Amino acid sequence: MQLTKPIQASPGMSRAVAPWAGVNMRFGLLGACLLAISLATAIFWWPASAAAEGADDPLGSPMWSEMKAQFFANASFVFDDRVKVLVPSIVENQAQVPVTADARALQDVRKLVVFADLNPIQHVLTLGVLKAEPFIAFRMKVEQGTPVRAAALTGDGVWHVGGVFLDAAGGGCSAPAMARNDSDWTDTVGHAQGKLYRELDGSVRARFRLRHPMDTGLARDNTPAYFIEKLDMRSDAGEQLATLEIREPVSEDPTLTMVVRLPLQDAGLTILGRDNHGEEYRSVIPAGWRQSAVGAAGAAAER
Amino acid sequence: MAVIRQKQLRSATCGSGQSSPASGRGISRRAALERLAAVAALPLIVGAFDEAAAAPLNYSLKPVAITEGVWVLYGVPEAIDRNNGGAIANVTIFDTSDGAVIVDSGPSKRFGLSLVECARSLTGKGVARVYLTHFHPDHVFGNQAFEAQALAAPQGVIDGLATLGEDFASAMYHAAGDWMRGTELVLPGKVVIDGVEEIGGRRFVTTVLAGHTNSDLIVREATSGVVVAGDLVFLDRAPTTPHADLPKWRSSLEHIARIDAQHIVPGHGPVEDGFRGAVQTREWLAIVEETIREAFERGLSMNEAMTSPLPDWTKSIALARYEFERSVMHFYPKLEAGNWPRVDKPI
Ligand SMILES: [Zn+2]
Repeated sequence: MQLTKPIQASPGMSRAVAPWAGVNMRFGLLGACLLAISLATAIFWWPASAAAEGADDPLGSPMWSEMKAQFFANASFVFDDRVKVLVPSIVENQAQVPVTADARALQDVRKLVVFADLNPIQHVLTLGVLKAEPFIAFRMKVEQGTPVRAAALTGDGVWHVGGVFLDAAGGGCSAPAMARNDSDWTDTVGHAQGKLYRELDGSVRARFRLRHPMDTGLARDNTPAYFIEKLDMRSDAGEQLATLEIREPVSEDPTLTMVVRLPLQDAGLTILGRDNHGEEYRSVIPAGWRQSAVGAAGAAAER
Repeated sequence: MAVIRQKQLRSATCGSGQSSPASGRGISRRAALERLAAVAALPLIVGAFDEAAAAPLNYSLKPVAITEGVWVLYGVPEAIDRNNGGAIANVTIFDTSDGAVIVDSGPSKRFGLSLVECARSLTGKGVARVYLTHFHPDHVFGNQAFEAQALAAPQGVIDGLATLGEDFASAMYHAAGDWMRGTELVLPGKVVIDGVEEIGGRRFVTTVLAGHTNSDLIVREATSGVVVAGDLVFLDRAPTTPHADLPKWRSSLEHIARIDAQHIVPGHGPVEDGFRGAVQTREWLAIVEETIREAFERGLSMNEAMTSPLPDWTKSIALARYEFERSVMHFYPKLEAGNWPRVDKPI
């Protein structure tokens, strides 16, 4: 942990981080410190020994060749600035780091994968783009500074890769641990809240929050993995607009922003979900500004 | 508008180390460069690096006199990091015939020990009382240098520290590194309520407010007219909001604006005679709240919201964008939980 900062010191770079404890409990692989030291070593070696390793990677990650193999196998890929990843300049709470992946500048995107090289579990989520925009915002857990990348698969079979380095160093006068209140989560699991917003081009922006502990299974207290693994965004008629494969790094109470092309007459967006215990969830977010929503949201909800 | 009066009645440098005019408080530039060079020459072994990083760190405290017998140690207008050792908040020292009275103890044990020395060199006496304005770590982790009975804070501050202190300590170690060595949480032994405490010929009027956190103490020393406002008031440094309650904060600022004050010491930023700090803090909070709500109502993601434009006047505020980003992360979850309708349906 001591290693990274002086070497990478960037004065003026803002940093603040939530305390480890809460994250550690829920996400710790070996305990934050152990892991941090090993990763710090990796980062320290970066400029010297990993230069060749990450040579073709703009972020110079020592994990790049492994990431390539894991996410693209033998498919071709290009680094492409049109695939944007937004992260805050400070990690305020390591259990809830907001990330936005946006490949709307590309045409014909079929899939958008988000991964973080230096996370214990690298794969964060995969958005299947059907009648939707290649755009997803969410919050994730991080153990350490890491590249956060988005890879957009276009119809020609090429992956377009963008990303940023998330600086998780530093911390201080910041939010307390967001440890879950264990006594009441069972009462709220599956509760959903959300709202649809009109986009200028007629598409619909959905923001949605589903209460769920999202346990990684990596915590030292042996809490087993328990997380939402799949969401399906559907029209009133049941047509799939987008799919979302969610993995353990997505934060507790997943809070998502997506853009879908909801049919014009539809009263709302239906979101079907399933967790890794097989529990199913269903939500309907009304398109409040649409005439059809007034009476029909209820009908959609009944279906 | 406020009249800015920064006359230096008596200034000094506390602490045993050399002060560096260039870097102000904190490790001197030269020492930092030497450390960096030493690090570069080291074998790439974690333990070896830690030894090098343990080269003596020294807060060179520079008290600035604001009126007769009252000094402020200014925090740097930065985020907590390994160069400033967390010394980002203001600390106030009053001379009384019974000893020094200090408001806020600083970020670390090392700072607290330097602070005791500093108070002694200024007053020639020991420390009679330390008031803590609130539970944030940059204000309280110097506590170890003092007797628990000398440390006084509202019950809400003590409770907050008891709950969050360990997490704050980890976060501070993570952010400030070796400056924190040996620092442990020490809870105040005395509860402060609204009232007056007379110490060595001075009258300390304590008022417990809230808004920056759930318990924010302001201390007005009646003979000098110095008001120590803690983090209810920021000046030329963007306010922090991790535990903020904005309506309460606003009414506390109204309260402060009615106080008969000769000098106001903000939690962060320069001491001034007028209420510019309180006004600026109120305006900042209004901008932040409005901008974030607007972004939320447009359906923007947190990251998109963070890029919202801020008014031009905030350009002269240190850490404006940084604190705005943090505030988005503090307020967005509350807006989402509080404003979106329930949409789950039975399967
Ligand atoms: Zn504070």
